[in-house]
Amino acid sequence: MFTIVDRRLNPSGKSLANRQRFLRRAKEQVMRAVRDASAKRGIRDIDMGGDITIAPDGIREPTLRRSSTGGHRNYVVPGNKEFMSGDKIKRPPQGGGGGGGNQGADDGDGQDEFRFVLSREEFIDLFLEDLELPDLAKRKLAVTDAMDWHRAGYSVAGSPANLNLVRTMRNSLARRMALHRPTGDEIKALRQEIDDLERTGRDRDRLEQARLALAEALKRTQRIPYIDPVDVRYNRFTATPRPSAQAVMFCLMDVSGSMTEHMKDLAKRFYMLLYLFLSRRYKHVDVVFIRHTHKAAEVDEETFFYSAETGGTVVSTALEEMARVIKERYPPAEWNIYAAQASDGDNALSDNTKTAQLMTDFILPDCQYYAYLEVGQEGMSPGLPYGGGPRETDLWRTYKQINAGGLLAMRRVTERKEIYPVFRELFAKDKAGQPAEVSA
Amino acid sequence: MTLTAFETAPLYTGADWDYDKVRRVYDAIEKVALGEMGLDCYTNQIEVITSEQMLDAYSSIGMPLFYKHWSFGKHFARDEAMYRKGQRGLAYEIVINSNPCISYIMEENTMTMQTLVIAHAAFGHNHFFKNNYLFQQWTDADGILDYLSFAKSYISQCEERYGHAMVERVLDAAHALMNHGVHRYPRRRGPDLRNEERRARERLEHAEATFNDLWRTVPTKAGGPSPLSNRDRRRTLLELPEENILYFLEKKAPRLQGWQREVLRIVRHVAQYFYPQRQTKVMNEGCATYCHYRILSTLHERGALTDGAWMEAMHSHTNVVFQPDFDDRRYGGINPYALGFAMMQDIERMVTHPTQEDRYWFPDLAGKGDPMGALRDAWANFRDESFILQYLSPALIRKFRLFHVADDARDPEMKVAAIHDERGYRAVRQALARQYDIAWAEADIQIVDVDLVGDRKLMLEHHVMNQILLDEEEARSVIQHLADLWGYEVVLAEVEAPGGTPLRRINVSPRVVLGGG
Repeated sequence: MFTIVDRRLNPSGKSLANRQRFLRRAKEQVMRAVRDASAKRGIRDIDMGGDITIAPDGIREPTLRRSSTGGHRNYVVPGNKEFMSGDKIKRPPQGGGGGGGNQGADDGDGQDEFRFVLSREEFIDLFLEDLELPDLAKRKLAVTDAMDWHRAGYSVAGSPANLNLVRTMRNSLARRMALHRPTGDEIKALRQEIDDLERTGRDRDRLEQARLALAEALKRTQRIPYIDPVDVRYNRFTATPRPSAQAVMFCLMDVSGSMTEHMKDLAKRFYMLLYLFLSRRYKHVDVVFIRHTHKAAEVDEETFFYSAETGGTVVSTALEEMARVIKERYPPAEWNIYAAQASDGDNALSDNTKTAQLMTDFILPDCQYYAYLEVGQEGMSPGLPYGGGPRETDLWRTYKQINAGGLLAMRRVTERKEIYPVFRELFAKDKAGQPAEVSA
Repeated sequence: MTLTAFETAPLYTGADWDYDKVRRVYDAIEKVALGEMGLDCYTNQIEVITSEQMLDAYSSIGMPLFYKHWSFGKHFARDEAMYRKGQRGLAYEIVINSNPCISYIMEENTMTMQTLVIAHAAFGHNHFFKNNYLFQQWTDADGILDYLSFAKSYISQCEERYGHAMVERVLDAAHALMNHGVHRYPRRRGPDLRNEERRARERLEHAEATFNDLWRTVPTKAGGPSPLSNRDRRRTLLELPEENILYFLEKKAPRLQGWQREVLRIVRHVAQYFYPQRQTKVMNEGCATYCHYRILSTLHERGALTDGAWMEAMHSHTNVVFQPDFDDRRYGGINPYALGFAMMQDIERMVTHPTQEDRYWFPDLAGKGDPMGALRDAWANFRDESFILQYLSPALIRKFRLFHVADDARDPEMKVAAIHDERGYRAVRQALARQYDIAWAEADIQIVDVDLVGDRKLMLEHHVMNQILLDEEEARSVIQHLADLWGYEVVLAEVEAPGGTPLRRINVSPRVVLGGG
């Protein structure tokens, strides 16, 4: 006697609740690990799950057990090859080998680092939670002009192709019933009766009545049309603007000698956030990296962040490069274009006018949003107004003069912890929605 | 002959399994197990699960339903990470000591693996659960699933009512003390009224039968019989010393609330349920491994298993009973499957084909000619420690080349105390048995006194054996949990077992009082 039960269809993930409890418990450590892990990752890999390793503080499960050192111990172990009783053996280093005995296997538990895998959602949640990102779903992003047609009820006017037959016939039936229009069957029955009576020739009165009734019925049929213009209904369509499902994000950075690793790190964090933000809103997000010194080039991510260049600083070259890339690959009608520029604010004096002109004439009209992030030296007091320096930098002054109507946002950052607040400040206000109306 | 010819058709061919094949195989195995081996099992319930569900089952210590706690999530996370990386495979089966006996088989496994698992778990483990004295004494196979379902809903109700954090704290504390939440000996049952009355009558009859008036004339000490000292009276009242710490807290902790006592009780019951399993690893696995080996080889001999299936089964079997030497990189202690299986086979050998040595060492066993009878007897009446002490034969000690190493921290080197020779057999056997004795493996910690008139300090003693103290850091955090439950200061004194020389004191005050006011 036995039963066999198929449990495969039972809901899986029975331990999900336990896992959540565990993550909550180890939150601090997990958070730290996520932060470290995200610093090492590439921008595009930011929203993937992954291995993380945490220290076992706080998730230890202590028991009253004997310590693994000291005292007098006895082990029985298999596989004797050369020992005779009375032999002396060197103590093996730390627990392993002959000294492990029965307890060796259990003791290792929970001592070293604890390693496990976070799913993508968990990772993102923790990453965003770490940054206390607000509910971004409510924020409107700019839309392009592309339109979609959607059904929107019925109308009394329209093109014959959109005629809604069912609605029309229903209205017509209702009207015909309300006005007592004789049906085909009734007329047919009257004709039949008249026919019968004429043939037999018995009930003259009845024949007369029937003829009158038929004449009346035919008159009504002519007066009350089968389908009246008031019956006719058409399907109505309205045009709704379709949010473009693709976006491109331009990362512009000054990589001249004056940019330190710290500054680059700040910039990278900002780019990451922006990428995350955009990838939540758009189906497809491209990232273009443009670095510049006195000349600019489009590069891959690795080169962008990790290879140093020497040279002067001419911002306009980067803007020119960006304009070129937009022209070649990202027509503004099809792409939502976002740009984030990070710089320490240096620019060649002679270049400022050109930069301003490029911005107003080419870059800003194409962009949904342009964020300029001025990064400063680490340790500079955030109270100092300009990138750590005592006065406005060249680039800052140049950008300040541009009247962009909310398209151009500028912030200064000197420390890691300011990145998120700044990011939030840039996206918190509903300014991203306005440019669409302006351009529409 | 025609009958056997009928039996020789293979039960199945190919690797894929289906319900029909499982049924056929089960029936064939049952015939061998119950009919020929004389096993006695609970009704079986075989459940097919996916590998993911197997991982789930791991994390809640193999039970099909269990209350929620972060530590299970932790184990799940680690098992999952290791499984995904391929560092660790999944167990082929999990079997639950319940009635009906539930065994899990995984859908990914081949038909041969399912056969092996059914023989191993549904008959081997099942027989052991039903017949071993420890399981009979300490576990309630009929009620465990109902109890766990009660525990699960009770704890989730507590979480709703008192908050996750509060329940988690109590559970953390209880888990830390879990190993000290078992009764090691059957307790005196509370006197029931009928027995009380009978005993009173017997006492009276005894007094009447032995009445001697002369006793009245014996002079007594002035002031009557010496009263118990305060300390002894208090200890009697509180039923101290007590080694079941969770039990003591549940009954006597002054500040705990009702639900907290119930939570402690749940953890204590679970610990008690697993207590026999911790003491019978070698026997339990040995029994199951012996059963699957014997059943499958019988089926193979009769042609019910194809040669290919037999080879596959043996491939897994040898993996399971592999015992690396101590100097092997793969060594991680003595493999309970290997030792258990070897001992069971050794008993079979001694019963059927004894050597001169066996006749000298095991006069009761050698040449008796009923291997299954002898094995069933061993499975019913021993635990690991006593089983090894009773049955580990010199032949097996030689086969495993076991040797005994004594390691005294005061000496610069370890000493080989005994090897597999005439002089060493008994010493090796005794030392090995002691390794499996849970009373030696675990620290002997008792609650000895409570300062009731003073500051309600709870006093514990650790009787230190072989100068091995507790791991201080761990002990401190466990005692912290204990203090939180008790609500007042707790002192753990570590004293030398013979003599009582104090070695160390760990003194902890509660950081949060779990019980209300």
